[in-house]
Amino acid sequence: MSIFIDKSTKLVVQGITGRDGSFHTRQMMAYGTRVVAGVTPGKGGQKFEGQVPVYNTVAEAVQETGANTSVIYVPPAGAAGAIFEAADAGIKLVVCITEGVPVDDMLKVMPFIRSRGARLIGPNCPGLISPGKSKVGIIPGNICTPGRIGLVSRSGTLTYEVVNHLTKNGMGQSTCVGIGGDPIVGTNFIDCLRAFQDDPETEAIVMMGEIGGTAEQDAAEFVKQHVTKPVVGFIAGQTAPPGRRMGHAGAIISGSSGTAAEKMAAFEAAGIGVMKRPVDVVALLKAKLKG
Amino acid sequence: MNLHEYQARELLKAAGVPMFDGDVASTPDEAEAIARRLGGTVVVKAQVHSGGRGKAGGVKLAKTPAEAKEHAAKILGMQIKGLTVYKVLVVPAAEIATESYAGLILDRETQRPVFMVSAAGGMDIEEVAATTPEKIVKFAVDPLYGLLPHQAMTLAYVLYQDVKQVRAAAQIMQQIYRVFMDNDATLVEINPLVTTPDGQVLALDAKVSIDDNALDRHPNLAAMRDETAEDPSEVEARKANLTFIKLDGDVGCVVNGAGLAMATMDLVKYYGGEPANFLDIGGSSNPEKVVNALKIITRDPNVKAILFNIFGGITRTDDVANGIVTATQQFKVNVPIVIRLTGTNEKEAVRILEAAGMKALNDMDEAVEQVVRLAKEAA
Repeated sequence: MSIFIDKSTKLVVQGITGRDGSFHTRQMMAYGTRVVAGVTPGKGGQKFEGQVPVYNTVAEAVQETGANTSVIYVPPAGAAGAIFEAADAGIKLVVCITEGVPVDDMLKVMPFIRSRGARLIGPNCPGLISPGKSKVGIIPGNICTPGRIGLVSRSGTLTYEVVNHLTKNGMGQSTCVGIGGDPIVGTNFIDCLRAFQDDPETEAIVMMGEIGGTAEQDAAEFVKQHVTKPVVGFIAGQTAPPGRRMGHAGAIISGSSGTAAEKMAAFEAAGIGVMKRPVDVVALLKAKLKG
Repeated sequence: MNLHEYQARELLKAAGVPMFDGDVASTPDEAEAIARRLGGTVVVKAQVHSGGRGKAGGVKLAKTPAEAKEHAAKILGMQIKGLTVYKVLVVPAAEIATESYAGLILDRETQRPVFMVSAAGGMDIEEVAATTPEKIVKFAVDPLYGLLPHQAMTLAYVLYQDVKQVRAAAQIMQQIYRVFMDNDATLVEINPLVTTPDGQVLALDAKVSIDDNALDRHPNLAAMRDETAEDPSEVEARKANLTFIKLDGDVGCVVNGAGLAMATMDLVKYYGGEPANFLDIGGSSNPEKVVNALKIITRDPNVKAILFNIFGGITRTDDVANGIVTATQQFKVNVPIVIRLTGTNEKEAVRILEAAGMKALNDMDEAVEQVVRLAKEAA
């Protein structure tokens, strides 16, 4: 098994004819993801790569192809609109890759997503991959391998760094989820932890956090109470100065809260193995799985 | 993006928030003229993005226009926490009966704008939150319905008993909410919100932060950006579409992705070095970006060695390699460069670098250890 996506995932790509959308659609198809449709207003009737039908609206794409998952590669100004459209068309899993979505837009998106019973991953995220089954987003497939480690992360390339260490050391992954680095994201650590805990194929969990906010502390509390599987974690930004936004809109230490030290202490208090360096993931997981 | 106090005042004033008259001056003469127009005692306040202006001597009382000019002459050009003061705000020195706090902030947890009000105003709200959190009342607004009239009244009752003042404050809460939503703000704060001896409710000082991601749809706010208030290298980086933050160490870092960039800085520290900067070249790879990144980093005289840490996903490592080679041909880099790259088009990248007489490492820890050692040797 895996979480959120697998062989039954039928994907519609919003913004399939754009520069990023077309590049990553080819990558997803090459990986084996079932890309059943694309959407670009005004380009309905075309075929992407001679095989994927393009529609003007998500509703049409769902009606014609039975797509159940969408991935969004549209520019920031149109991203919220694309999420609304996907959820309104009955898509139950919406993955928004777009970086730079205004946070006020997300204030309106979230209640809507909930009212439609959908799940949003992102925005500003690399998407997710269930190795050997399906990839939705931009995580490079070649660094992943099927297995029993579940990974959830606020970052992109830092995720790749850790996945790479896992794969090189024979520790395959059930699913890797990049939840995104923005202040408001559709799916948080706890959602993923709960899903990994319930997934019989996931044996242990890796959490990659960052400075800013309290999502990691809340996740640590959840682990303490509800997660019986071994968990290891990392916090990026141990050397970040307060008051400066470190690239991600969510990665900012305000006042005394949101520091790496605070989050690492919360991890430790919850029995989560704390990685000092990304490479530590291997030794810590091995120790946890033995014990 | 943080606005200056005088800019925040403009937004709130336009929304109808009552406040004392006042104006901003760039020269002592202008300050004098404003003081004369206002009449009576005035306060001259430094406009910089920093707290503790009063303690640093950036806020002064002036009884006469001549004194306002004198104070302005001292404050203009003054350094407060490393920032030069280019403007002062001149406002009447009001007689104040009470001081309280009203702020609206974007809350990640509830995914809503959250009001914070407190009768303990005038001081740093984070301090109040840390020492006496029971003195702050919080309320999350449902963005679907906005701030409902009874909710605004409930918040106002936290601050005042007199119903006239309560109604006035409730209206100010509505205006704060409107400024927040209309301007894509992440913070709107009035501190202090004061009452005068004759019972008026007024905003004395204001703070507004705008979501950088929303500036494209607010050209009027984007124009308020004060580049003199930022580090020049950070301004240059932003124009080159790089995210750069200057730090105090001597190991320059060029990384793709914010999370990996932070983890790289942390690893530099782990191996006994100090990062000179945070620099994220972003997702799409463009050799030009790498050239600009190197230009900005090499300008910092503290930098003793430079580390590239690239994990290619969308970013093609061969593009980065081309950028490094181009840059070193365009200008002389006088400090050692350590390059770690892996991922998309890695083989081609290694070939490009080797053809130019450079080496590429594959392992992040190995690269960081090496760059820290080189920086130490050069120091």
